[in-house]
Amino acid sequence: MSEGFKIEIVNPEKSFLVKEDVLEVVVPAFEGEMGILKDHISIISFLKPGIIKIFSKSGEESYYVEDGIVEFKDNNLSILTSIIFNVVDLDKSKLEDLLKKAEEEANQTEISDQFKYLADQKVQVLRSIN
Amino acid sequence: MASLDDLKKRIASVKSTQKITKAMKMVAAAKLRKAQENAENGRPYSEKMKNVILNLSNGVSDKENAPKLLSGTGNNKVHLCVVMTSDRGLCGGFNSNIIKKAKSFFSKILSEGKELKIITVGSKGNDQLKRMYGDKIIENISFKESKNANYFDAEKVSKIVIDKFEKSEFDICTIFYNQFKNVITQIPQAQQLVPLNNEVSEEKSSEESYEFEPDEDEILSNLLPKNISTQIFKAMLENSASEQGSRMSAMDNATRNAGEMVDKLTIQYNRSRQAAITKELIEIISGAESL
Repeated sequence: MSEGFKIEIVNPEKSFLVKEDVLEVVVPAFEGEMGILKDHISIISFLKPGIIKIFSKSGEESYYVEDGIVEFKDNNLSILTSIIFNVVDLDKSKLEDLLKKAEEEANQTEISDQFKYLADQKVQVLRSIN
Repeated sequence: MASLDDLKKRIASVKSTQKITKAMKMVAAAKLRKAQENAENGRPYSEKMKNVILNLSNGVSDKENAPKLLSGTGNNKVHLCVVMTSDRGLCGGFNSNIIKKAKSFFSKILSEGKELKIITVGSKGNDQLKRMYGDKIIENISFKESKNANYFDAEKVSKIVIDKFEKSEFDICTIFYNQFKNVITQIPQAQQLVPLNNEVSEEKSSEESYEFEPDEDEILSNLLPKNISTQIFKAMLENSASEQGSRMSAMDNATRNAGEMVDKLTIQYNRSRQAAITKELIEIISGAESL
């Protein structure tokens, strides 16, 4: 028996990441950060903008996501998301682009509270990476 | 009979047409590989999405209060049809097949006395439909600028659909596209988007209980619009693969036909050249004989 579980991240264009033997994954679930370990109960939840952290024996990886759904079942974690970036790949200019876009969204006046909250989250997270 | 010169010109023109169709075939083949790859890469996402929705809709205990996008408005008076076609022609029966399928569906709906609204995606579909159903088309979307099918375009379409649903402008939404089977076969599909068709959910009702965070209803109401985008995106991917496949085989046929035509014309050209020579010879010989 392996000690870890399997994680699969897919976006609409392709399967973004498949990784076996992951020890722990921290996802920015809608109601707060959620750590998932092996043999977690089956769960479905969705994500708010934030950082997914994947801990495995080979080290730690971080990904920035803007939205998504997580499903955990039988030690398989699937994350469906439309916008995802590896934090390592995010250089200054890209980060600034994203931040600018998020700030524009947050500064719109005619948006619902929920949308505003999500946009603010985006700005906050992006700033923290900076 | 055409003169030698005319024949020569025709052969040259058919040959240059053949060159064009051959080049188009090559381009389509290259694009097809990419489009097919994209379509295959996109499948896991829509499959996963479908599974999650299935599991969720099984978990919804209170069917009465389920989100409207799942259960429908309870009416079936107004139909919205999203017809997805390409922006470019010269791709065989690709567009006509979708339109044919859509038209038969339209006439069925209209004969039942229901109201029909059409959204066309892609300019070719709009061109073909506006003659017969011009007054029914409420929106025409075209993504001429974007090279490949991308998710943001799909989201734009789904936003329009969802907006219209929230304003209760329609009860049932069906989407028309070509499913890519292989290069020669593309199957026109009619898929119901709203309310969600959950025939499958009954056979696969797993007893697995999930923990939901937040509760089912909230997740569902967030997930269903996403599912619509995903389905539309899937249709776009399938469509672009089908378009290239269809264009490739159409251009392949055209190239072959042009080849046959060149052969035929060449034979005709040679024969008439020979006939002219023979005629001249006879004239010379009979001229000599009469002396």
